[in-house]
Amino acid sequence: MIDLHGYGPRLLEGAGVTLQLAVLSLILALILGLLTASAKMSRNWLLHKVATLYTTVIRGVPDLVLMLLLFFGGQMALNVATDAIYDRFGVDWYINLNAFAAGVLTIGFIFGAYMGETFRGAFMAVEHGQIEAGKAYGMSPWLVFRRIRFPQMMRHALPGISNNWMVLLKTTALVSVIGLSDMVRVAAEASRATHEPFTFLIPVAVVYLLIASVSEWMFARLQKRYNVGFGGH
Amino acid sequence: MTELTWLNELLAGNRIFTPQTIGYYWDGLVLTTQLVFLSLVAGLVLAIPLAIGRSSGRRWISLPIYVYTYVFRGTPLLIQLYIIYYGVVFFDGIQQTFLWPILREAFYPALIAFTLNTAAYTTEIFRGAIKATPRGEIEAARAYGMSQGLMMRRIVLPSAFRRALPAYGNEVIFMLHASAIASVVTLMDITGAARFVYARFYAPFEAFLFAAAIYLCLTFAILYFFRYLEKKLLAHLKPQSGN
Repeated sequence: MIDLHGYGPRLLEGAGVTLQLAVLSLILALILGLLTASAKMSRNWLLHKVATLYTTVIRGVPDLVLMLLLFFGGQMALNVATDAIYDRFGVDWYINLNAFAAGVLTIGFIFGAYMGETFRGAFMAVEHGQIEAGKAYGMSPWLVFRRIRFPQMMRHALPGISNNWMVLLKTTALVSVIGLSDMVRVAAEASRATHEPFTFLIPVAVVYLLIASVSEWMFARLQKRYNVGFGGH
Repeated sequence: MTELTWLNELLAGNRIFTPQTIGYYWDGLVLTTQLVFLSLVAGLVLAIPLAIGRSSGRRWISLPIYVYTYVFRGTPLLIQLYIIYYGVVFFDGIQQTFLWPILREAFYPALIAFTLNTAAYTTEIFRGAIKATPRGEIEAARAYGMSQGLMMRRIVLPSAFRRALPAYGNEVIFMLHASAIASVVTLMDITGAARFVYARFYAPFEAFLFAAAIYLCLTFAILYFFRYLEKKLLAHLKPQSGN
C-alpha cells in the first residue's frame, strides 16, 4: 500500500466534499438550465433577452474568474449588507460566506448556462405534432410538459447533460483555489508538506477517472431507458 | 509617458485603475496570449499524428493513445498542472541540467500541462473527423493507387480539418478559459493580475469584472475568427445561391 503520511482520512473526506459539491451543483444547474431554456423559448421579450445575456456572458468568461468574483464579491456584498444592518439597527451580525455554499452556487450558476443551451436544443427537437396531439387530447400545458415534452426532450438532452456533468465534475477542482478542502486541495497541501507529489496527486486523478467511468455507465443506462421505442442507440 | 496623457486624464481620480494596474492587466493579457497560443500550436502539432494513430486499425498503436486521451480528458487540468509543477523536481538529475533554470519557473510547467491537455482533446476531435471521411473518397483514392500516406495527405486530412473546424474553435475557447488556472501556480496572467489587484485594493468587483470583460472580448474575437474561417473553408458545402 502507498504510505499517505496520515493524510488518508482527510483525502477521503475531500473526496466526499468533491462528490457532494458536484451532485448539488448538478441539481442546481439542471433547475437553472430548465428555467433558462423556458425563458429562451418564451414569447416574453425581456425574459428572452435576460436568458440570452446570461448564457452568453457565462460561457464567455473562465469558471475560475466567475468563482473568484462570486466568492470574494459575494463576501463583500454580504459585509456591506451586515454593516448597513449594524448602522441602522445596532445588531452586530457577521456572516462568513461558506466556501462550500459559494462553490455550489457558482458551479451551479455556471453550468446552468450550459444546461440551458442543451435543454433548449432538446426541447426544439421534440416534434410539434406531439404537442398538438397532447392539446387535442385536452391535456393542460403542465400535463403536456410532464407527459409528452419532458420525456421526449430528455432523450435528446441526455448526451449533452452527460457531457456537461463530466466537465462540471472536473470544474469542482477549482474550489480548492477559494479555500474549500476538496480532495485536490488536500492532495496539493500534502504534496507540499511531504515533497511527494505523485503519492497524493495520482490517486486523486484516479478517483476522478473512477467517478467519470461510473457516471458514464450510469448515463448509458439512462439513455437506454429514455430511448425505449426508438430502436436502441 | 507623454504619449499616454489621454490615458492619464481618463484615469484621473480613479483609485483602482491607475496606469500601473492597467499595466498589470496588459502584462497579464500578454502572458495569457503567449500561454494559450503556444500550447495550442504545440498541442495541434502533437494531435495530428496522434489522431492518425488513434484511428489506426492496429490496437497496439491506437490503445495507448486512447489511454492517454482518456486520462487527460478525464481528470481536471488543475491536477495535471500540479503533477507537472510539483513533480518536475523529481526527475533524476534534472536540477543539474541546463533545463533546470527553465523548468524551475512556473511558465514552462504550465505550458507543458496545457499542451498535453489540449493535445488530448484535439486528438479526439480529429479522430472523429477522420472517422467521418466518406467511404467513397477512400475507395476512390485506393482505386487511383494512392499509398496510405498519400491518401492521408491529399484526401483524408484536408477534409477532416474542415470537418473538425467548429469543434476545434470550441476547444480554443475552452483552452483560453482553462488558462486562468495558471494564476494558481503564481503566474501573473489576466486572472493573476486580477487577483493581485483584488488583494491590493480589496475591490473584488472591479478587479474580477475587468478581467471577465477582457476574457469576454477575447472569446468573441476567437468566435468570430473561427466563424470567418468556417465561411471561407466550408464555402463549397453551402447550397448554391440561385441566380
